[in-house]
Amino acid sequence: MDLIWDGIREAFQLLIHGDRDLLEVAGLTLLISGAATAVSLLIGVTLGTLLALSRFFGRSIVISLVNSGMGLPPVVVGLFVALFLWRSGPLGSLGLIYTPYAIGIAQVLISLPITMGLTLAAVQGLNPRLRTQILALGASTPQMIWLLVKEARLGLLAAAMAGFGAVISEVGAAIMVGGNIEGETRVLTTATVLEVQRGNFDTAIAFSVILLALAFAVNLALTLIQQRRRPL
Amino acid sequence: MTHEKIALRDVVVLREGRNVLDIPALRVERGEVLALLGPNGSGKSTLLSVIALLLKPDKGTVLFDGQPAGGAALAYRRRMAVVFQEPLLLNTTVEANVRSGLSLRAIKRSAQGERVGRWLGRLGIAHLTRRPARELSGGEAQRTNLARALAMEPEVLLLDEPFGGLDAPTKSALIGDLNAILRETSTTTIFVTHDRDEALRLSDRVAVIINGCIRQAGPPQEVFSSPVDAETAAFLGVETIALGRLVSCQDGLAIIEVAGRRIEAVETGPLTPEVLVCLRPENVLIQPAAGSHGVSSARNHLAGTVQKLERLGAQVRLDIDCGFPLTALVTTQSADDLDLRIGGAVIASFKASAVHLIPRGASDPPRANPKTPDEISATLGRYW
Repeated sequence: MDLIWDGIREAFQLLIHGDRDLLEVAGLTLLISGAATAVSLLIGVTLGTLLALSRFFGRSIVISLVNSGMGLPPVVVGLFVALFLWRSGPLGSLGLIYTPYAIGIAQVLISLPITMGLTLAAVQGLNPRLRTQILALGASTPQMIWLLVKEARLGLLAAAMAGFGAVISEVGAAIMVGGNIEGETRVLTTATVLEVQRGNFDTAIAFSVILLALAFAVNLALTLIQQRRRPL
Repeated sequence: MTHEKIALRDVVVLREGRNVLDIPALRVERGEVLALLGPNGSGKSTLLSVIALLLKPDKGTVLFDGQPAGGAALAYRRRMAVVFQEPLLLNTTVEANVRSGLSLRAIKRSAQGERVGRWLGRLGIAHLTRRPARELSGGEAQRTNLARALAMEPEVLLLDEPFGGLDAPTKSALIGDLNAILRETSTTTIFVTHDRDEALRLSDRVAVIINGCIRQAGPPQEVFSSPVDAETAAFLGVETIALGRLVSCQDGLAIIEVAGRRIEAVETGPLTPEVLVCLRPENVLIQPAAGSHGVSSARNHLAGTVQKLERLGAQVRLDIDCGFPLTALVTTQSADDLDLRIGGAVIASFKASAVHLIPRGASDPPRANPKTPDEISATLGRYW
């Protein structure tokens, strides 16, 4: 129990003293996971909306694959991204392995099925006659899709929260494709793993507390946006 | 110069290989309010979707100002507005909802504000401007829905059972307001309903649609008083429809024999040896059988027995056996005064002018989906 309290105390000390390493790791974590979530939302909302509104042969199989992808193990994603970005891999020439970009790519792939699947559910959850009503208001097809996305915004914010939660907490892919290089690819989760391996449990707990606080702060901000009453 | 605003030519909509809509021709004049009146599932909402260019027909053309509208559906859709039974408001404020159609048409923000304010005021919901749409009552939501449509100042307004889910006082007030607006703006309006009273209150012309076909169209009073076939008559509230044999026809008065009883009817058109005798329940007068009927202008007095007695609030519906089934409506007060009871003997009286005769050929058998032009002509009779 003392260990946990020591860890929490250390976390506050690190935060209060503005520890440079900690801020760097936390900043990189926020940057990579935030950017990965944003890219994943951009792609996921677009594909999820189109999937919700379209009808084609094999659509149910695609939806099943997306839903299965929501539980995709990050370590598996990390393995395949590493294989592709490895120096001798198909995309090795890009020189992205062990860079923040590699972690970002892996995190986009981890959160994409989540943002896509939740967007699909949110758009499908709208009244099916709303689409006809919007067209009857004189909307073009892109205007109709945009208005539907706006109508599904509560679900889309849930998708953003779930996507961000999935990537900020993952460690397997970040270690595999980032390498946990200090000052370059070390993020809060990989730093925590490293500190545990070193036996520095108090520092590991401090990183964990900061990770939790960061995740909570971002989700609180998104929740406040989601729950406030506002016009389109 | 043509005054035709909307026209349909040979429109057919198929569903699972079956005709759900078959409209050889339909014209709506500029500024006219046309009610599409029909029972549930008759295809009237499908027809409205075709006119609104929201549903492409399998065959046929929709003409807007004489031009085929199918090729530039979006441009024509922006000249119309549709109000559905379900308000389907966007999850935002009342004001933003009323503004939405104008934003989609890229109308200047300053002009939007003026129009939105004007129509919110006209529909009596200016006090709800900032209210979230999801917090509105049914009547308020439908007023917002109408304001949204009217703010677009459409050339053609399409209404799909817009009063369906409203309570009677709210519905009556909204119909009154809408009627005043339509008369004031002279907006061409097509109005789908299964409610005969709504059609009578709002429309200049009624088209009765049954099983995907327009059976009859014309001024409301004409359609209601002279249905062209049995199904149309039944839908329009004619409760006594009996097969009769034409006995004689002289000086504009036809004598019809129905189940051994003689009925006199005013002849209003060509008749066939067999006719359908139609009588509205409100046109039947009930007297006690014991007292002889006094002198009146009614030409028909049939003795019968009450078979069924159904209280409908202020009125009582009577099913009477006069040798054939006859339905009458009397006030509750009259029913009590006459001491009407099942098995009781009564005299049913009605004027010869209250009887509408349908030549047998026009109604036998009822045609759900006529296939050939001749069949269509036969079904639509002289109205098409």
